Amino acid sequence: MSTGAPEPPDARDRPRVGVDEWVANVDERRETGTGVTGFVARTWERLPAVARLAILIGPFVVFPFVTNEGNLFRYGLITVVYALLALGLNVVVGFAGLLDLGYVAFFGFGAYLYGIMASGHSGHHLQAEIAIPIVVVASALLGLVLGLTSWRLLGDYLAIVTLFFLQAFVIFVNNANGGLSDFSYPFVGRVDLTGGANGLDQIDPLNFFGHQITTTKGYYLYTLAALTILMIMLFFVNKSRTGRSWRALREDPLAAEVMTVPVNRLKLLAFMFGAATAGFTGTIFGAVQSGAFPGDYDVGLLITIYAIVILGGLGSIGGVVIGALVVNGVPELLRSSTNARFLFYAVIVVALLVAMKPWYRAVLVLLGTIAFGAVVHAIAGAAWSRSTAGHIEGGGTFGRALDHWVLIPTHASRLAGWAYFALIVAALLLTLVRGWWRAIALIPALYLAAFVWENKLVEQVSGATRLIMLGALLVVIMNVRPSGIFGTSRVEVV
Amino acid sequence: MGRTLLCDVLHPVNWSLFWGELVSGLTLGSIYALIALGYTMVYGILKLLNFAHGDVYMVGAFIGFFALQWLGGPLDTVVTGWVAVAVMFLVAMLGCGALGVGIEIFAYRPLRNAPRIAPLISALGVSIFLQNSALLLWGPDFRSYDTFNLVGVKSYSIGQNFFISNLQIFTIATSIALMGVLTLLIARTRTGKAMRATSFDREAAEMMGISVDRVISFTFFVGSALAAAGGVMFGLVFGQIFSLMGFTAGLKGFTAAVVGGIGSIPGAMLGGFLIGLTEAFATGYLPGGSTYANLYVFALLIAMFLVRPSGLLGSPVIQKV
Repeated sequence: MSTGAPEPPDARDRPRVGVDEWVANVDERRETGTGVTGFVARTWERLPAVARLAILIGPFVVFPFVTNEGNLFRYGLITVVYALLALGLNVVVGFAGLLDLGYVAFFGFGAYLYGIMASGHSGHHLQAEIAIPIVVVASALLGLVLGLTSWRLLGDYLAIVTLFFLQAFVIFVNNANGGLSDFSYPFVGRVDLTGGANGLDQIDPLNFFGHQITTTKGYYLYTLAALTILMIMLFFVNKSRTGRSWRALREDPLAAEVMTVPVNRLKLLAFMFGAATAGFTGTIFGAVQSGAFPGDYDVGLLITIYAIVILGGLGSIGGVVIGALVVNGVPELLRSSTNARFLFYAVIVVALLVAMKPWYRAVLVLLGTIAFGAVVHAIAGAAWSRSTAGHIEGGGTFGRALDHWVLIPTHASRLAGWAYFALIVAALLLTLVRGWWRAIALIPALYLAAFVWENKLVEQVSGATRLIMLGALLVVIMNVRPSGIFGTSRVEVV
Repeated sequence: MGRTLLCDVLHPVNWSLFWGELVSGLTLGSIYALIALGYTMVYGILKLLNFAHGDVYMVGAFIGFFALQWLGGPLDTVVTGWVAVAVMFLVAMLGCGALGVGIEIFAYRPLRNAPRIAPLISALGVSIFLQNSALLLWGPDFRSYDTFNLVGVKSYSIGQNFFISNLQIFTIATSIALMGVLTLLIARTRTGKAMRATSFDREAAEMMGISVDRVISFTFFVGSALAAAGGVMFGLVFGQIFSLMGFTAGLKGFTAAVVGGIGSIPGAMLGGFLIGLTEAFATGYLPGGSTYANLYVFALLIAMFLVRPSGLLGSPVIQKV
C-alpha cells in the first residue's frame, strides 16, 4: 500500500489534503491501481464508449440463442427488466441525488394502467403503440406531482413522502375493485379498476401495429433494445448541460443554486424521467406476466432495485447492467438448494481469497475451518448423537461430504435461531479486531455461518434469506465502498 | 358513504362512537408518540432518518412476547399479571436499547461524515435486514399476548357513553409517564444537557469536551427503548404482534415526528396523539375508513408539508452555508 492507493483525502488520522493537491494528483492516482484489477480498470477507461457498450450488451444479445425459454425468462428477461428499472432509478438517485422510495409505485402504475387500457379484465384492447405513450406520459405526470413535494423537502423528508406514496399505491390497488360498498370514484363511479387483491388479469400481449409479441425471446429482445437505447441516451444526457447540472445538484444543491442552476426544475425533470422509465418498464412487465398483481410492487422489489443501483455504482450507467446481473442472477441460482449451497461456499472462499491480503493467510483460515469443523463434528457426534442425526437433503457428493462436516441436528429450529443471532454478533465483532486475531476468529465464525446456512437460511432461500442478504449488502457496501463497483467516489475536499 | 355522513350531521351526535374513537385514538396516539420520540431524538442529533426504527419497535414487541413465555406464559405466570407486564417492559426496553446502540455503532457511525444519502441507504438496509430476520426466525404468523388472561381486562364507564378499559388507562398513563421522565432527563440532567448541546452543534460540543459518540449512543439507547415500550404496549392493547408490524408503525411514527416538528420532543408527543386521533376518527367517520385510514394519515402529512413544513412546534430550518 506504499504507492498511496486512492484514499479519500479526509480519511481519519491522515493529514488533510488541499484541493489543489488533490486535483493535481488525479493522474497519479489513476495509474496507481496495481495488479489485475488496476489493469482492467485502466483498460476499461481507455476503451471508446461504443466498445464499452458492446462489451456490456454483447453477451445479452447472444444469450437467447444459446439457452431455452425457461432460463431466458428467469435469467435474461427479468435481469433486463431490472436493469431498465435501475437505469431509471439511477437518474433520480444517482444523477440528481433524490432518495425516491416510491419508485416501484410507478412501475406498478405502468403495469396497471396498461392493463386497464388493454386487457380482458377491463374489456378495452388498445394497441401498444397508442397505450405505451399514454402510460409513459401519465407516469411522467404522476412523477411530476410527486416530485413537486421535492421542492420543499430535504432529502429525508422526500424519502418518507415517497415511501408513503408507495404504501398508498399498494392500498389503492388492493381495494380499487369496486368492492368497497361505500366508495365511488369521481366521474367513473363504482367500477372494478384493479381487480383488488387478486390482481388485474388477462393483460394483452404487446401488440404493435397488429404484430403481437408472443414469445419470451421477443419480449427479451424488445426490452434489450429499449435498454440499449436508454443507455445511449443517458450517456449523452450525462455529458450534456443537464447531466452536469444534475451532478452539481447531487453534490451540493445549495452551491448549485448559487451557480444559477435551476434546482427545482432539474429535480422535477429527474423525477419525471425516472417515473416515465418505470412506467414504460411496467407495461413490459404487465404484458409478460399477462397480469398485474399488488404483491409484486412492494418494498422487496424496491430494495432489489436499490441494491442494483448501489452495487453498480450511483450514477454509473454501465454499472447498472452488472448490478442487475448480480442481484437477479444470484438469487435465481439460489432457487435450487443444491446450487444455493454450492454458491454459498464458493462466495465465501472467493471472498476470503480476494479480501485477505497475504493470500496464505486466507488459505490457512480455510484449512483451519475445515479442520475445526471436522473436530467439532467428531466431538459433538460422540457426545450428543442427536447433533449429527439430521441429513442434508439432496446435494450430491458435495452434500454428502458436508454431512460429515456440518452439524445437522434433528429439530434444530430453535437452536439454529440462536445460532443465527450469534452469527450476527460474531460478524459484527469481527469488524472490530484486526490482523491475525481476525484470521483466528474467522475460523469458528465461518463454521457458525455454515451451520446457520444449512440449518436455517437454506429453508427460505428465495424469500427471507434473499432479502436478508440484500439488506446486509446495502449496509456493507455503504460502509466499505459507498460508490459501488463502477461509481466514482465523491471526494470531500477541505 | 355520502348518505352516512349526512345522517351523522342531521341526527343528534352519536356520543358513544365519538368517545370510543377518542379513547382509542389516544391509546394509539400514545404508542405512535413513543415511536416518534425515537425518530425525533435521532434526527435532532444526527440529522438522520432512522428507517430501522420501526423494526426496532417490532423487535421490542417480540422480546416482550418472549419474556412473557419465559415467565411461564399468560395463563400461569410465575408472578402476578402486572408484575409480569413490568418485567416485559423492562426486558424489551433493555434489549432494544442494546439493539439500537449496536445498529448505531455498526451501520451509522462509520458513515458519519459520508454524503447524506449513504446513511439513509444503510438505514434502509438495516430495516430490511431486521424485518426479514424476524420473518426467518419467527415466521409470518401472528403471536398473541393473550392480555385477557394475563391481567384481566376491565372496562369502566363514566355516564352512558364513555367507556375506557384498564389497559387503555394503563397505556396512556405509562406513555405520558415515560415522556415525563424523558423530558426531565433532557431538561435537568448533565447527559440531557450534553444531548441538547450535541444536537445544537456537534462540532462545538465536541470541542467543549463532550464525548459526542457516547451521547449519540445514549440517544439511540433511549429512543430504541421507548420504541420497545411502544411495541409491548401495542401487544398488550391489540393482543397480536407480527413480523411485519414495524413498517407501517414506523411510517406513522415518523409522520408524527414530522407533524409535531422534527427535532422537537414535545412536538413528537403532540404529533403522536394527533396521528392516533386522525386514524381513529378517520376509521370511525370517513368514507372507506378502516381501509383507507393510512391514506388519511398520509394526507395529513402532505398537508402539513404544504402549510408548515417545520411542523407544529418545530422552528424553521435555517440552512447554514
